[in-house]
Amino acid sequence: MNKIVKYVVLDILRNRIVVAYMAVLLLISVGVFNLEDNASKGVLSLLNIILIFVPLVSIIFSTIYVYNSAEFIELLVSQPIRRVHLWLSIFGGLALSLVVAFFVGCGLPVLIFAPNGTGVVMALMGVFISVIFTAIALLASVLTRDKAKGIGVSILLWFYFTLIFDSIILFLLFRFMDYPLEKPMIAFSFLNPVDLARILILLKLDISALMGATSAVFRDFFGSSTGMMIALVSLSAWIAVPLWLSARKFKTKDL
Amino acid sequence: MTMPSKYIYRLLVVCALLRVQSLYATTWHVQPNGAIRSVQEAIDKAKPGDTIVVGPGTYREQTITVNKPVYLRGNGFPVLDGERKYEILAIRSNDVIVEGFLVQHSGYSSYNDIAGIRIYNARNVVVRNNKLYDTFFGIYSQHAVNCVISGNQLQSKAVTELNSANGIHCWKSDSMRILNNVITGHRDGIYFEFVTNSLIENNQSYNNVRYGLHFMFSHADSYIGNTFRNNGAGVAVMFSKKVTMLKNHFRENWGAAAYGILLKEIADSRIEGNYFYRNTAAIYMEGTTRIQVIRNVFDNNGWAVKVQASCSGNNFSENNFTGNTFDVATNGSLVLNTFDGNYWDKYEGYDLDRNGTGDVPYRPVSLYSMIAERNPTTMMLFRSFMVTLLDKSEKLIPGITPVDLKDDKPKMKPYKPH
Repeated sequence: MNKIVKYVVLDILRNRIVVAYMAVLLLISVGVFNLEDNASKGVLSLLNIILIFVPLVSIIFSTIYVYNSAEFIELLVSQPIRRVHLWLSIFGGLALSLVVAFFVGCGLPVLIFAPNGTGVVMALMGVFISVIFTAIALLASVLTRDKAKGIGVSILLWFYFTLIFDSIILFLLFRFMDYPLEKPMIAFSFLNPVDLARILILLKLDISALMGATSAVFRDFFGSSTGMMIALVSLSAWIAVPLWLSARKFKTKDL
Repeated sequence: MTMPSKYIYRLLVVCALLRVQSLYATTWHVQPNGAIRSVQEAIDKAKPGDTIVVGPGTYREQTITVNKPVYLRGNGFPVLDGERKYEILAIRSNDVIVEGFLVQHSGYSSYNDIAGIRIYNARNVVVRNNKLYDTFFGIYSQHAVNCVISGNQLQSKAVTELNSANGIHCWKSDSMRILNNVITGHRDGIYFEFVTNSLIENNQSYNNVRYGLHFMFSHADSYIGNTFRNNGAGVAVMFSKKVTMLKNHFRENWGAAAYGILLKEIADSRIEGNYFYRNTAAIYMEGTTRIQVIRNVFDNNGWAVKVQASCSGNNFSENNFTGNTFDVATNGSLVLNTFDGNYWDKYEGYDLDRNGTGDVPYRPVSLYSMIAERNPTTMMLFRSFMVTLLDKSEKLIPGITPVDLKDDKPKMKPYKPH
């Protein structure tokens, strides 16, 4: 199993896209921190990178990679290797290289230039988002045989998690303004890993504003150690569930 | 007699009289096991102008009434104990000095205003360097003129607003000076009602249940260099004119109804050189007129300034706005206030002529602050991609945010703190 992870990582390194991704992230992060006069503004700019750019690259790259290594996968399937192991190894290799790229390109600069609670949470959330969107990409690519369709589904999923979901939430919030929506909103936030990550960062970044009236519910929930644990567990579930679904599908898939 | 010698003669007579008086001023010693064992007994025996030195020990004398001008001095912080039933020290004479006592365990009442030290209708009283512990009201003045309350430490155990009272409470007083006190654990740290021409300087007020400073119907007062932090609702200044607020620190006043300063119906006042750090709302203004907000620093607050549409003629200039979630929020489209020459860290304009002032105006009210004002639950979506898009498009073509609320001369660099 470790051997396959190694081959996947080497293969990814060879095509240089992830290296380029890392370089771009590094350039943006260092640039942002040097351009802005205070670190907190740099953190804000990087927040958008983590919430938009990182999931996009993770999901598109992973999807295309899985489609392009179809022959490699077919070859390995003919060997005496369990399919689940093979699938998990591919996931492991992809996730590992994307996480390393993110951590070196964005996580480290954040930890160096903003070494506080916000920085730590941001780096952690970036890692989570990289892995989560790799898992989602694997699910998208295992569901359809057609490459164009698979990539299309991935893009749509990214679009859904970064934009459409929030629009629906905003619509609901105004449609049902007269009802107490704070608690349902906490539940809704678990339905989108990007929102969950953003709220956890927000709790560090805008704590003063969140001390206001209704946002107190968020603070009380996510600010408590149990809430934090639940959030981390559900972020992990966002990795495990798509991965499990895709592995189950891959086990019986006619290649 | 020539004119100069006549003056010298008069001077000599005055000096002689003074000397005579000081000859007669005696010092009374109170000790738990001495000749005089009670403070009240010493006061009763003393003549105006005498000094009473109270030695270390605990004195349970119910209410001690000071009804003549004496200098009451504690040696080694003697304890005046109210046994949780009584008002402890009642000053009912002019020119009294009270110094160096530990006043503790006053009575609690929801009907009477029981205080640790209370000044009744007196002038020129000095209450200094005392410690007050577990008192209902700490130091209370009513109809007092020209009194000094300085260097006292007040600590109480307030839990709820109903069962607690204020640290330094002044009512219908004039020319008071409240200096260098430390107040914690009361309802309001310092409370002013109908107090005029007074000065509040270098006090620290923290962890009080309600306001650090509460100010009503008190005109022409100044508060300078005080620190208010972690109070239940920050500082409230209401229904007053000509208030000067200089160089105070407002820190970490967090909560749904907590403000660095809450200003309600204030006119012709000055807020200058203050530092606001991590408050939910640094300044909240309602119905204020002609206030100059100059050279303050707003750092890391939820809302730096909330200006309700009922405010007019207020001017904000040369302030630094850094790291706030929202810079300015308002609840209407009518803008009668000016923002001029402030530094905004969210400003994205340019300065082609390099004169230090941005060439395009800055609009400090973001669309999302209006949305969050109307529907606070939407704070959950704050800083998401969609919200950023909404904010950007609103910045280009203002539709919902007030068009006139803008800073035409935003600074490119922050002002240096001083």
